[in-house]
Parts: sequence; structure tokens; C-alpha cells
Amino acid sequence: MAAPGPQPQTGDAAYRGIVRPLLLPTWAVIGILMVLPVALMAVYSFLTKEFRGGVEWDFTLAAYDQFFVTRGLFGDEPPQIEWTYISIFWRSIWQAALATLLCLLIGFPTAWFIATRPAKTRGIWLFLITIPYWVNLLIRTVSLRFLLRDQGPLNEGLIDLGLISEPLQIINTNLAVQLGLFYSYLPFMVLPIYAAVERYNFALSEAAADLYASRWATLREIVLPVVKPGIIAGCILVFVPSLGAFLAPDLLGGAKTFMIGSLIDEQFKGSQGNWPFGAAVAMILMSLVLIVLLLYARAQTRGAR
Amino acid sequence: MKRLLLSTAFLASPAFAEGELKVYHWFEYIPEDLVTKFETETGIDVTIDTYDSNEAMLAALKAGKLGQYDVAVPGDYMVKIMAGEGLLDTFAPTDLPNFGNIAPQWLDVPFDPGRQSSIPYQWGSTAFSVNRDVFTGDISTLGIIFDPPPELQGKINVLDSQGEVLALGSIYLGIPQCTQDREQLKALNDMLLNAKQHWASFGSDISKDVLVSGDAAAGMIYNGFSAKARAEGANVEFAFPKEGYVVWMDNVVLLKDAPNRDNALKFMNFLLDPANAAAVTNYAAYSAGVTGVEPFLAPEISGSPENNPPADQKGFFIEACDEETQKLYDAIWTNLKK
Repeated sequence: MAAPGPQPQTGDAAYRGIVRPLLLPTWAVIGILMVLPVALMAVYSFLTKEFRGGVEWDFTLAAYDQFFVTRGLFGDEPPQIEWTYISIFWRSIWQAALATLLCLLIGFPTAWFIATRPAKTRGIWLFLITIPYWVNLLIRTVSLRFLLRDQGPLNEGLIDLGLISEPLQIINTNLAVQLGLFYSYLPFMVLPIYAAVERYNFALSEAAADLYASRWATLREIVLPVVKPGIIAGCILVFVPSLGAFLAPDLLGGAKTFMIGSLIDEQFKGSQGNWPFGAAVAMILMSLVLIVLLLYARAQTRGAR
Repeated sequence: MKRLLLSTAFLASPAFAEGELKVYHWFEYIPEDLVTKFETETGIDVTIDTYDSNEAMLAALKAGKLGQYDVAVPGDYMVKIMAGEGLLDTFAPTDLPNFGNIAPQWLDVPFDPGRQSSIPYQWGSTAFSVNRDVFTGDISTLGIIFDPPPELQGKINVLDSQGEVLALGSIYLGIPQCTQDREQLKALNDMLLNAKQHWASFGSDISKDVLVSGDAAAGMIYNGFSAKARAEGANVEFAFPKEGYVVWMDNVVLLKDAPNRDNALKFMNFLLDPANAAAVTNYAAYSAGVTGVEPFLAPEISGSPENNPPADQKGFFIEACDEETQKLYDAIWTNLKK
């Protein structure tokens, strides 16, 4: 490296001249991959549905009206609140929350275990965690279906061991969906928590022990506050994709009820699709997630003060 | 090497002398040999572009590809939609010397009465199959799916497709498709909600797999899928219920503004020849809509129980409802899956 020159200051013309072009890729990514698609979706949600798929360029609130208001099957009853889609949302949120909790309960000890191994072997453990994710999600979900089915290895193994006499009904239940979500998103919980725990200074635990803190008190008062950002990041990374998941509910849960993901999917396929409604459902989902994240960020800054 | 062979063939054949034919077709739905046979017989150079859904084909044609293709192969309901959008040209029966080969029951179809723009390509049925190890009773009624016997309750897979489920439900209740009658629609809605408690899962792609694996003991299924399940060793029987079953048919249509209209008619005529129609059937394992194909069919196809519905049982096409009526059916479907 060359000898260090004078440090460029913000506002320095030459510095700015370099920074702008260097920022271009960032702006391109944000603009093309985030702002543009979301804006497109927002606009589509206010357009008129074209029969058999597509949109007409007439602005309307029909899609949002369909989501929140019902006028009966034949559209001639007085308007009432439409609970159909709200209950689909509620079911999906509940399911995603449960999957997040499950991932946290298993992911935290796993991350802790890996982070406390000797530095040499940590890489191997992390590697093992990521191996299954080299395979496509669809294939992994179908394989899970194979494992859990009535005549599958799990049930036959349990029967062979004499633990059960009849196969457990797992496939096409919520339990199967939970297992699917858990399996799909566990690394998203483990990796951020691992990153946080790895940075944790274990001298703090020793200091706590010296001051007669119990192990439980140490975990609650010292460890958790320090690794909290990792836990929060993990929870968000699991919760958000679980909320929109439709492979696990469809393939493992039997697709008997709509989830947010399958409801949106349904609007864009076949000749019965309704693009503006699909876009509106996606916008409502995104707004909900954003509100939750904003509330969290607010609570954080208040806590910091 | 391949390029060398191709250019030799190019030099040897009288290609382009008779012009070209642009076909817009499903992927893997016509045997290569048959295309070569047509090229050799007529000297017409055939180009095939493919699509993977009726809707994708419709969207592409509407987005400006009309005028680039001579023929396409839409499903039954899509023929009606395309005609309504003004995407189809018409021909006279005398334009096709083989027109008389069209099987009588496929001549006056609801989506193209009198066959003015289309000819049959392949057709199949959608009903249900039952695992005969689990249930040995009578399976000649749609009640097996909609009001199942105790042995089958909780072990039924239905197609995850609004069109098939609502059409079979309507056939079971004996009510017309695309009805706007409130009592009939309410009866359909209630019947489906009541039947759902006996269903284990909704799935179309998995409909064969669940029967083979034993996850489901009965299931709504396409006849081709059921034949494959049987070939894979499952003891399943495909039912042609007495109330009727759903049929689908892919059709070769003459597109509007076809650049090679005469060659398109030659191609359609070629496909109405029993030997050629049978070649497609042997490849795709569905059924041809042409009379006289039997001598040319592979034995496993001509003898297949899934491909040979009893003559006295009736198949119904899924109808394309108008927008107002479709809303009602969408609501029933959402209500079923909410």
C-alpha cells in the first residue's frame, strides 16, 4: 500500500467526485430491485381488473374494497366488514409467529454451541448448517413430505420400534407446516445469533459469576441484552418469509385453507386471476410488516434514551 | 457434426420451395418424426415456438405476436375466449379434405359450434380414481368424492383448481355450469363446504403421487395421471361417474392474419389423417378426436381403461362464464378455502 496521504474530508470536491460513481451500484440495487417493483405493485393495486388476467388503466379502490368490505355472495346486501381475508391474515401471522418461536428455541442453543467451539472447528459446524440449503427449497419441501407421510420412514421407523401401532397423522396438518417452516428458515435464525454470540466477551460472564450472579441471572442480565440485536435480526429474517410462505402450507399442509402467500399466488395464475387484488393483498401485507418494524425501531430508540 | 448433417439435409430437401409454417404449440406435445413427415410430404418448412399455459399463449398473441403465427393449440375454453377476442380466422369444411374424419361427438362442440376455426388435437377426461385395496364398492358416482363412504373419508385428495372442482360439483348436483340461480349456487356452496370435512388435501401436481404412495385412497385426477399411477403399480381404478365427468380438449386453431394461411390448412388437414392423429396420441398418451385411429394406436393406449370411457357416459367441457357470473364462482371457491 502507498504511504497514507492526507485524509479526505467530507465536502472535499475530489472526494465527492469519487463517491458519487461508487454509490451508483447501491442506488441501482435500491432503485431497480426495491423501489421500482414496490412502486409497480402499488400502482397495480389501484388499477381496474381485466377479466381473465391483466389490468386496465382506470384507477379504482375496488381491490381494497374487496379486501375489507363484503356485500354478500350476490353483492346486494348492505356492506359489512369482510372477515374472510382478515382471518387468512390472522392465521398466517399466527403460524409465522409460532415458526419464529420454534426456530428461536432451537436456533439459540445451536448458535451458542457453535460459537463456543474452538475457533478452528466453528467453520465446520457452520458449514454443516448450510449444506442442506444448497438444495432447492421446493425439492426439500417435497422430500419432507416423503419423510412425514403415513407410510414414510418416520412413521414406519416408529412402528418398527414398537412406539406406536398406527401411523401418526402428520402430513396435511399444521404440525407438518410448522416443521416445514422450521426446517426452511432455521439457518436464518442460527447465523445472526451466531454472529452476535461470537462477538460476546465471555469475560463478562466470568465477571458476573465473580459477583455472585447465578447462571440464569447471567444469561438474562448480561448475555441476552448483548446478543439481542442478533436475536431480533434472526426473528425478523424468519418471521417475514414465513408470513408469505406458500410451499410449506401447500405441499405439507394439504392446501385446504388459504395462507397469505397462496392467496396472492392464486390471483396471478390461470384465467381466474385478479392482478389488482393480488397486488393489494401484497401491499397490505407489506404495510403490516413495515408498521411492526417501525414500532420496534421506535421502542428501540426510546429504550436507548 | 450435427450442423454438417443439418446443412446437408437443407441442401438435399426442397425446403422453402413451398414456403413456411409457423406453429405456436405447447412444449413437448408433438413428436419430431411427425413434423419431419409433414415437411417431407409437403416441402413446407415448419418452425415451432412453444408455450406452457393457455394464458401465456393468449397474452403473447394479444401483446403483438398475432400475425407471426399460422396456428396455435388452445384448450377448449380458450378457443372460445380467443374467438371472442377476435384472434381466430375461419375456414370452410371443404378447405380440409379430411374434415369428415373428425369424430361426430367432437364436431358440434360448445366452444366452436360446427368447427369453424378449430379441429380436435387431443382430449382427455377429469374425474376421480379410487384405490381398490381400500375400497371395493361401487365407484360409478361422484358421491365417492362429494359424499364419501366411511372407508374413504379423510383420505381424499381433490385438485387444487377452481375450474375442475366447481364443474364436477355442479355435475354431481345436476346444475348447469355458469348458472346465476341463487338457490343452485347456494346448494353448490353448501355441498362443497360439507364435503370438505372428508378431504385430506388439495393438490393438482401431487394428484398422482398421493395415490401411488397411499397418502390418499381416492382422488380427483386427470385420466392420464391415473394411467401413470396404474403403470407405477398402484391398484387404482379411474371412474367415469354416471352423473358425468369433465372433459378437456386441445384444438388446432387457424389464427387471424396467418402469414401462411394455405400451409396452415394443409397442416390441419395432415393432423386429421388417422395415422398422424394416432402418432400424436401414441406420443402424448391422451386420445385423438379423429375416427379410424384404432389400427395405428399402440396397444397399451388403445386398451387403456382410462382412455376409453363407456359410450353411454357423458363428458362436459368446463364452460367459460361471463365476468359477472365468474365473480360468484370465485366467491364460492374463496369461501371453500378461506
